[in-house]
Order: sequence, then structure tokens, then C-alpha cells
Amino acid sequence: MSALHQPAEALSRQERAVLNLYAVTGLAVIVLMMVGGIAMRMSQGTWIELPPDVFYQIMTAHGAAMVGIAGLTSSAVMWYFLRKYVRLSPGIFLANYVLFMIGAVLILGSIFVLQFGGGWTFLYPLPVKSNGIWSVHAAAGYMLGLVSIGVGFLLFYLDATLAILSVYGNLGRALGLQWLFGGDIDKSHPPTVVASTMVIIANGLGTLCGAVVLVLCLINAYVPAFELDALLAKNMIYFFGHVFINASIYMGVIAVYELLPRYSGRPWGVSRPFLWAWAASTVMVLIVYPHHLLMDFVMPHWMLAMGQIISFTSGLPVLTVTAYGALANVHRSGIRWSMPAKLLMLSMFGWAAGVVPAIVDAVISVNSVMHNTLWVPGHFHFYLILGLWPMLFGFMFHAIRARAEEPESAFDRLGFPAYLVGGLVFAGMLLMAGQASVARRWAVHLPEWVPYAHVAALAAVLVVLATIVFAVRIVSGLLRAQNVGAAH
Amino acid sequence: MDTQRLAWYITLIAILIIAAAFLYVVARSGTLAQYESVQKKAYDIRRWFFWALVLLGVGATYGTLAQFPIADQRGPSAGARVVDVVGKQWLWELSANQFTAGVPVEFRVTANDVNHGLGIYDPNGRLVAQVQAMPGFTNRLVHTFTEPGKYRVLCLEYCGLVHHNMITGFEVAAARQGGKP
Repeated sequence: MSALHQPAEALSRQERAVLNLYAVTGLAVIVLMMVGGIAMRMSQGTWIELPPDVFYQIMTAHGAAMVGIAGLTSSAVMWYFLRKYVRLSPGIFLANYVLFMIGAVLILGSIFVLQFGGGWTFLYPLPVKSNGIWSVHAAAGYMLGLVSIGVGFLLFYLDATLAILSVYGNLGRALGLQWLFGGDIDKSHPPTVVASTMVIIANGLGTLCGAVVLVLCLINAYVPAFELDALLAKNMIYFFGHVFINASIYMGVIAVYELLPRYSGRPWGVSRPFLWAWAASTVMVLIVYPHHLLMDFVMPHWMLAMGQIISFTSGLPVLTVTAYGALANVHRSGIRWSMPAKLLMLSMFGWAAGVVPAIVDAVISVNSVMHNTLWVPGHFHFYLILGLWPMLFGFMFHAIRARAEEPESAFDRLGFPAYLVGGLVFAGMLLMAGQASVARRWAVHLPEWVPYAHVAALAAVLVVLATIVFAVRIVSGLLRAQNVGAAH
Repeated sequence: MDTQRLAWYITLIAILIIAAAFLYVVARSGTLAQYESVQKKAYDIRRWFFWALVLLGVGATYGTLAQFPIADQRGPSAGARVVDVVGKQWLWELSANQFTAGVPVEFRVTANDVNHGLGIYDPNGRLVAQVQAMPGFTNRLVHTFTEPGKYRVLCLEYCGLVHHNMITGFEVAAARQGGKP
């Protein structure tokens, strides 16, 4: 088996401290927001009673925090591996964290002090038209928080862009476009650089678009005469939201490209299909977002058709290159299924399978009876719980060096299957409720919808317990690894 | 079989196939083989897998888009009963609430404050059609009811504190003999 830990990945004391901040914050937010998720499902199941205003505040915080922390923690994965190939600034990496935390304080204050409950997508003009439930200042605080987080990410991407340009000359070469139609591919060209370049192009544009629409909404909040076109604002918001959460997965999957080959003992380099997959994904992730607007019939119909068709084609790189590549890499490799390897493999399954309900829902005639039902959160909870989080947990288990190679404890042995079963049942129950027409984002459910919430709440408890086990193991490992590092 | 159930079965089958592929590989991961031979075989299979998916995608695209599922937004639908719908925090205003099965109904849907979602549920609680209600725009949803009974309209776009209570209803009468209005 090849070396699990590479000297080029060694961290200075300061770098380790910042990475630990990212990891610990990520784990804490994920666990806390999972608990918020359980509270919402239990309330929908009438096991507890959350007043609607509190429910919608938790819902807003849950969405914003989970999307935000997906981006933040994934950016740590990208930073950790990309710095082997290009020179990244630890200061900017820290600045991204600080701006994220400033944003988080503003967002949480707006929600839980000023009672903002407009949903994480801040769909114009709801934030400023709450019918007297929350103030304009609450909405502004929330949106300013998102702007702060966005600025942090833009700084990080700018730093990565400059670093990549200084080594590869231009972004096209970093993406490997020069090898799409022929020529001898440089097999040492790192998949990490390809994926990172795709992310800085796509999410640079996505985050910039989000920042623009947020600033426009902020102006509208205090100058109501400055009205936005509701359809344009919706397009911008969903473009930003779609690209941002997908970019998080594209950053997270770097951990799979880097680590799975080390555990399988087989290389996983770039190839022409790989480069085509990433080049195509760069374009597709930018133009697929109209599948969020299929029920806005006044949209140009060619855009809606494009949303459906590009949703189909977007599945190809995931299914035939990344997930398939992982299967080929592991097949009959003699891999030892340690915790990082198990989690990374699970993440490939979760991503590949989670794509399916998304593609199905992107069919316009299906969307007509599935949009804004629980089918939608079913699909993204599938690929977040069983896809992205396992990528991040796998990376963290790997990063705690000493422990990654230790024999598994009974907790580890129980934690993984509990997480897998809980995640499958939880996401499956959302999908099942969605096909039964249960509406999304309802604080109070109709009596016939309640049984789905019961099963989902129980499954969610299993997921959160397993996540706590993971989190405890990882945090204690991070602290121990820090001591080991300090001793050296 | 309605659309939801079909979508559910297709999803389940596809996920089970993916899960089976992963379980197969994990189960065989303990045995050793030369990577070159594994890779060659895997890439050969992938070529077929890729083109099978492309073929499936082309077929699905043609089958679902050849007749575009959304009504033309430029003008009234011929022979349809027109209903004006306005969504506002937190109620629906419908200009009519009695329809006949077999007769197309054109819902002209807008909102006068924030975004709402007009979700139409049949007497069995199944969502049969929906469209967004957006301030400044009018979306035209054309739907022909097939089943008589009491229908409910639920809000399917989060619109604030009382979103979950933004419910109204209408009645669909049985089609007249011969299915003519």
C-alpha cells in the first residue's frame, strides 16, 4: 500500500491550528443543525410543539448553516490538498474563516434575536415583506451575514486563482483543456488542480452573483422604491444557491481523488474522460440552474427545457467518471476498509445515488407534481448525508493521522452502520413523503403526513448519534495529532 | 400508475442498481487482481455504460419534451375555463370555485406581495398540478381535471409565518354525459 500520509501535506503549527478550527467548527455546526433538523421533524410529527415562528427560524438557520458549513469545510479539503501543488496563503485561509464566523454571528443574531425567518434562500421580496413578523433590520442583518461569508469565499478563490495562474499560466491549462482533443496527457497533472480550477471558475461566478443580488436586496430593504424584478432576482438567487452547494461537493470530492488511491494502493490520475468530465461539469453547473424554476412558466421555455436536459447530462460525469472511477480503483485491490476508506467509498455511493432523484425531478412533467414537496429535500439530504458529509468525515479521519491507522473501536464499528442505515432511512423517508405529495417547508403537517415525520425523526436520531461518535473521535484525534505535531 | 409513483419506482430501481454495483465491488475488494486488467475491463464496460445512459437520456428527453408539458404563455387556451388566482399572505383568491371534469381550466396565477406556490391536491390528497405565483408576473397553468370531488389548494412556496395555513379549495363536478361540458 502506498504511503497514507505525504510529506508535502505536513502542516505548520499555525496551519494545523487553522485547519482544526475549520474541522471543529464544521463538526459542531453539523451536529447542532442535525439536532435542529430532528426538532423540526419531531414537531411535524406532533411529538413536540414548536410554535410556527420558532419552526421557521430553525428552518432558516438549518438551511443557511448547513449550506454554509458544507462550503466552509469543503474549502478546507481543497486548501489542504491544493497547497501541495500551488502556493496558497494561510492568511487568506484564516480570513475566510473569520469572515465566515462574522457572517454566522450576524445570521444567528438576525434569526434568533431579531426573529428573521425568511428561509435560507432569502427569496425576494419575502425578507422585506414578512407581514410584520420581523423587521427590515432583521432581514438586512441576515443578508449582510451572507455577504460576509461570500466575501470570505471570494477571497479564498482569488488567492487560489492567483496561485494556480502562477504555476499553470492560465485556467484552461490547469483544467487540462489542452488534452481534450489529443496529445499526450501529463499523467502527473493533479486531479486536485483540475477540480479546484473548476470550483474557482464556477463558484467564483456563483458567489459573485449571490453577492450582487444580496446587495440589490439590501438596497431595496432601505429604499423600497428601488424595486427588483422578482423573476430576475429568483434566477440570480437559484443560480448562486445551486452553484454554491454543488461546488461544495466538487471541493469535497478532492479528498476522494487524493485519498482513496492511497488506501487502495492504486493510482487515480487524470485521463481524457476525466478531463472531459470536469470541463463539461464546469459549463453544466453554470447553466443547469433553471431546473429550480420549472414551475415559473413565464420563464423562456427553452431555458426550462435546457434545465431538464442539462440535468440529465450533469449526471454523466458523476456516474461514469467519478463514481465509476472509484469502483474501478477499488475493485479487487485488496483495500483495507479503515474508517477513511469506508467513508470515502460511502460518499461515492451517496453522491451517485443522490443524483438520481434530482434527475427524475428535473423532468418538467415530474416536477409539476414533485416540486416543493419533500422529494426535493429528500434528494439533497441523500447526497449531503450520504455523499458530502462522508467525504468530509473521511478526510478528517484521515487527517487525525495516528488514529486513522489504529484498529477500530467498538464505537467506530457501530457508528458507521448506524450512520449508513439512519441516513438511508431518513433520506428515503423524505423521498417517500415527497412522492406522497407532502409539502416542503410546512411547520404544521396534515394528519395524513405525520407518520413519515415519525420514521424520519427516529432515523435522524440514529444519524446524529453516529455523527456525535464520529465527531468525538475526530476532535480528540485532532487535539492529539496537534500534540504530536508540536512535539516534533 | 400516477407520475409520482412512477418516479418513485424508477428512482428506487436506479438506486438499488447503484447500491448493487457498490456492494459487488466492496464484496470482491478483498481478492487481488492486476490493476491493468481490472482497468481495461472496467473501461470497456464504461464505454457501453456511457452510451447506454446517453441513449436513455435521449429517449427520455424526446418522450417528455416532444409535447412540451407547459401551456403556451402568450395567449388564452382554446376552450378553457379561465380562472384568475391571486396569492397573498396568507390566503388564495380564486375567481371561481366550481369546475367540471373533462373541461380544461386555465389558472392565471399571480401574487400581490411575495412568491407563493399554487399546489392543487385531488380528493385523495395527491398533488395533481402546480405553478408559482409571483408578484409582477402571471403564470398560466392549464389543467383538465379527470376526477370529480373536493380539491384543495395548498401553498407550495414558503411565504412566511402562516404559509402552512394558506389553504383553500374548490369543487369539480362529474363530466357531463359523453365527456362534453
